[in-house]
Amino acid sequence: MAETYQEGSGAGADFDLSQFYQIFFEEAGENLDQMEQMLLDLDLSSANDEELNGIFRCAHSIKGGSATFGFSDVAELTHQMESLLDRLRRHELQPIPQMVDVLLESADASRSLLARHQAGGQGEAVSTTSLVRRISELAAGLVPGDAPAVAPPPPPAAPAPTPATQAAAPAPAPKVVTPAVAGQARTLEIQIGPLDRLEQADAIKELFRDIPGLGAIRDIESPQANTRSFAVETTSTNDDLLDLFAFHVAKEQVLIRDAAAPASGAAADEDEETVLAAGAPGGEAYGFFSEAPGAPRADAPHAAQAPAQAVKVAAAPKASEPKVAMQAQMESTTIRVDVKKVDQLINLVGELVITQAMLAQNSRGLDAGAYQQLLAGLADLDRNTRDLQESVMSIRMIPMSIVFSRFPRMLRDLANKLGKKVELVTLGEATELDKGLVEKITDPLTHLVRNSCDHGIEMPADRLAKGKSEHGTITLSASHQGGSIVIEVRDDGRGLSREKILSKAQERGIEVSEQMSDAEVWQLIFAPGFSTADEVTDVSGRGVGMDVVKRNIAALNGSVEIDSAEGYGMKVSVRLPLTLAIMDGMSVGVSDEVYILPLSSVVESFQVNADDVSTVAQGSQLVKVRDEYMPVIALEKIFQVPRFDPNKSSNIMVVVEADGSRVALLVDELLGQHQVVVKNLESNYRKVPNVSGATILGDGTVALILDTGGLVRRARH
Amino acid sequence: MQSILAVDDSPSMRKMVSFTLTGAGYHVVEAVDGQDALEKAESHNIDLVLADQNMPRLDGIGLTRKLRENPKFKTIPILILTTESSDQMKQAGRTAGATGWLVKPFDPNRLIEVIQKVIR
Repeated sequence: MAETYQEGSGAGADFDLSQFYQIFFEEAGENLDQMEQMLLDLDLSSANDEELNGIFRCAHSIKGGSATFGFSDVAELTHQMESLLDRLRRHELQPIPQMVDVLLESADASRSLLARHQAGGQGEAVSTTSLVRRISELAAGLVPGDAPAVAPPPPPAAPAPTPATQAAAPAPAPKVVTPAVAGQARTLEIQIGPLDRLEQADAIKELFRDIPGLGAIRDIESPQANTRSFAVETTSTNDDLLDLFAFHVAKEQVLIRDAAAPASGAAADEDEETVLAAGAPGGEAYGFFSEAPGAPRADAPHAAQAPAQAVKVAAAPKASEPKVAMQAQMESTTIRVDVKKVDQLINLVGELVITQAMLAQNSRGLDAGAYQQLLAGLADLDRNTRDLQESVMSIRMIPMSIVFSRFPRMLRDLANKLGKKVELVTLGEATELDKGLVEKITDPLTHLVRNSCDHGIEMPADRLAKGKSEHGTITLSASHQGGSIVIEVRDDGRGLSREKILSKAQERGIEVSEQMSDAEVWQLIFAPGFSTADEVTDVSGRGVGMDVVKRNIAALNGSVEIDSAEGYGMKVSVRLPLTLAIMDGMSVGVSDEVYILPLSSVVESFQVNADDVSTVAQGSQLVKVRDEYMPVIALEKIFQVPRFDPNKSSNIMVVVEADGSRVALLVDELLGQHQVVVKNLESNYRKVPNVSGATILGDGTVALILDTGGLVRRARH
Repeated sequence: MQSILAVDDSPSMRKMVSFTLTGAGYHVVEAVDGQDALEKAESHNIDLVLADQNMPRLDGIGLTRKLRENPKFKTIPILILTTESSDQMKQAGRTAGATGWLVKPFDPNRLIEVIQKVIR
């Protein structure tokens, strides 16, 4: 039924649902993320209703959407998940780790099915048959390879509810059908009274609230004034209920009646439930309640009849109302915007900043008295532009929690695979970072976390033998430090072994000496193809790794540092600029050209004496700075800057550091430090060696931003 | 133009419903859950409420119950969208004062058809 759509005769319009696909994909993705997070946070021994309801609602939403938009494979799988979760939230089953496992796997499968639909059905569809089977087994109370484990409801139920599916092997791929009604729920009508005070019966309602699994209760109209009546759904026997009620009211005051199926109209004073105008064959696609306000009827003699029933029921317990969900609140205060639009905005603001800088520069020579108003206006413009730039940049800022949230799941799977016990601690999740950086930092961070789990954390037995706790801890933290963000991956595992790294480096033909400082030794692991893992595991240790991490982070104008104590663990700190779109730069002049150096890589600058420079083989030069020799790079030669005055030559050097090495750049003058808006040269022109981008200066000229990493590598060869 | 309050926590369902009804000539006010719907119902002139059952904060039946407490909404049609048309659900909807129900998933044409039956 669920999958067949009856063509209505209504508007007769042909609706193209595909226009809602994108929004559904995004929404389903969010729901899956949220569900995964909640599943991981779930404490199986004390799962509360709110959590279980939240997880259920995620599966429910995805199911509803995918069925509506015609993605039946997703609908089928999520329907199974929903059924299992429904039994969990009704406390008919006790949550067990296998359920969390299968739900997580199903979430992954749903994600991949959705991705396939999003790509227009391209690629191999994952098979969900075995997942569907496993879920339905669990939902039937069967633990795979174990005895049936139906959680007994807290008040001893008479005959344990035996799910019908338990006997017969579940069909491999059940159709989307209405969820099987759980257990042997009965609908009862319970009348309490006569009572001195009607409030006395509230205690009965509280019983249902306080005892999970007892069932549901709600007020209904009572036939007698001094009595209260309730409609109750429960799996407990009458005797059990009476025993429970006896704490609050005398048994003689309780009258329990079996209400037949509600559809057939149980209560004496109730109208028969009639379904009017159910259009579909089978009559279940929609329906109206007779006598209900607003319901269509052939003759409407007592149209104004108010829903008397409803008014009385209004005070009914609100147990079924889920607690405040943050999701819903957030949704009403945020809007979705295409990243392209934001980037366009940022670009425009960048242009505005440049125009403003040009105006400021051109107005510098103006007489303050004669142009007072113009200058005041320009000062305002300056301030507003800055504020605008800051606000616009903040749109692109997203919290680190987006990156961190992927790790609990990854670590859980990884630790299981390796047979290790690992706890993840995350700090500073609210720290914000540019979206572009977030995307690029995810892979390197994943690598670092994998490394920590695989190489750092020891096996539980080894840890115990060393007097450590069985559980290893990996800490991920993010914080702002000045204009940078620092992300740390710390573990309390075995740490780096100086001897091992030195001997490995020697094997690889890297020059080492016993006198190297620890920091220098740790830097060796960034050498290409370096791995100290005793054996290559499935997870990491194939030798591609730290060098790639380092290169990726350097490409973001960031740096990586390692700290380690053998036997106690290690810490990798990644320092990144807050955004890629704006950079603190130092501008230097060579002849008439201006170049920008990333301030993060500038170490120092000094005026050089001819004595300190020595020429070595093939004309390359070295400069001695405080007993340290470093290569000299003349920017005029690299960029072939024309020189009109042959007698003039550079004598200022700027030392820049990248990839752990330093070079001295020979320039004519230091022009100053300022923020520059980075323009991508590749997308506007093409890749240029030794240049990472370009910017437009206050006077409207273009200046190239130098790729210090590239310059350092050039000096090495 | 008649106004319909469309209540669903799922943005895609909300958009779909809103698009369908707007196309059929109704004015649509969207709400993200029952609580939001209560506020929107107060501040807009609403002729019909179309509410999803399963929502955070306040579900469809809870919303119906609350709306019926207010004399202003005593007689307007309230339709519940649900994935299950079980007897319990119907009983709960009826007791709360709902006008009727519509089972998800539904076709946009079906939605208009049902709306046209109750809105005048």
